[in-house]
Amino acid sequence: MTPPAQAAAPPARPQATPRRLGRGTLQFMEPPRIVSAFTVVGPMEGKGPMGGYMDTTLEDTFYGERCWERTESKMLREAVEQAIARAGLAEAEVDVALTTDLLNQCVGSSFAMRSVKVPHVGLFCACAGFASGLALAASLVDGGFARRAVVGASSHHDAAERQYRFPTELGVQRPPTAQWTVTGAGAVVVAGDGAQGPVQITHATLGQVWDMGLKDPYDMGSAMVPAAADTLVRHLHDTGRGVEAFDWILTGDLGRVGSRILLDWLKERHGVDIDGRHSDCGAMMYDPSRQDVHAGGSGLGASACVVAGYVFKAMARGLLNRVLLIGTGSLHSPTTHFQGESIPVVAHAVCLERPGAR
Amino acid sequence: MQYLLAFLVGGLICAVGQLVIDGTRLTAGHTMVLFVVAGAVLSGLGLYEPLVRWAGAGAFVPVSNFGHVLTKGVVDHLAREGLWGALSGVFEVAGAALAASILLGFAMAVLFHPRG
Repeated sequence: MTPPAQAAAPPARPQATPRRLGRGTLQFMEPPRIVSAFTVVGPMEGKGPMGGYMDTTLEDTFYGERCWERTESKMLREAVEQAIARAGLAEAEVDVALTTDLLNQCVGSSFAMRSVKVPHVGLFCACAGFASGLALAASLVDGGFARRAVVGASSHHDAAERQYRFPTELGVQRPPTAQWTVTGAGAVVVAGDGAQGPVQITHATLGQVWDMGLKDPYDMGSAMVPAAADTLVRHLHDTGRGVEAFDWILTGDLGRVGSRILLDWLKERHGVDIDGRHSDCGAMMYDPSRQDVHAGGSGLGASACVVAGYVFKAMARGLLNRVLLIGTGSLHSPTTHFQGESIPVVAHAVCLERPGAR
Repeated sequence: MQYLLAFLVGGLICAVGQLVIDGTRLTAGHTMVLFVVAGAVLSGLGLYEPLVRWAGAGAFVPVSNFGHVLTKGVVDHLAREGLWGALSGVFEVAGAALAASILLGFAMAVLFHPRG
């Protein structure tokens, strides 16, 4: 008996370049574009160095709402709706929404998306949220699962203080390492199918969870350094790029204290020098000489506003060619903190590039 | 002289609190509890009452005085009523401070809206 003819080998998957460059590093075949962006910030952020690049600045911290949690939700909803409108799209033309915020159970997102009729997934990885949203949106779009995706992120200083530390009404004194949570929301529309836009997402590196045993919720910048360093080093290794390939390496958010530690950490342990190319989204939101925010800003609103507000416009004008955004999140909850647990952290990176840049 | 003494002693107690917040990982909540407990212990050792008599408001305005009056109520009632007094006396003196802070806190919450 002759063995059955061997089935024809399945055709090789058409891959001009591999989609997976290493553990956790994705390379997008047809890099999805960011086609529109919208940002909403609080009054203090509006007076900061980034204020001029923001679309809406609130006159007070409430925005007509009776509590800050509702304000955060409203800001996120507005950013998402306006980003979709600016792309010239109707909600029905957007296939998926990925949003993230800092409130318990991700309610900032869920409450915002009650009136936005787009299939929605709420994400939580604290301040790494916006970067993770961009990475997942680009994956869905480049994989053909969505034509367009909207990514939104928000944080609100007073809501976050109540959530993570003490209610601001209590008037508790903040230590010098404390970061000021950014009151801000940003959203972008990510589109494929040859859509035109000033920013393309070429790579993403997903981070693993780290925990160096730090426990202080007033010093999260220091806790997040190992995660940011590991994700950056893996990204460089997997893509074969050096630091000089980037105009800018943006972390969000280590604040000023964490940023200094990151620079030393990278130099000493990895021989990587990012001095001069690195900025921190949280630290960029405020002017320390005029604004009393201790160690700079934090909160995923910072990276969302810097990317959707500044990077988007700067790439459209050709001022930036390639930016690596490393979102860093501390993943503790108030309950775990009270139970004496340390703070697990994660960092996700996305590479943003001006189309046609060399 | 009385004012100067009150200012110096009160300021010194608060400076210790500031050093605790700046120099340790303790939060404001921890620091407050620490001061109440310290006041209670010092009172039990008979050290806080003389401090109040000497420095006046400098000693009875900081939160450590709250611990002191808790202990004071217990000690007074223990002497008069025995073990039951140790329980009933806890809020004897402190009750006024507690009631005042609850009422004033409520009034402030009704009258004002925090701006963040």
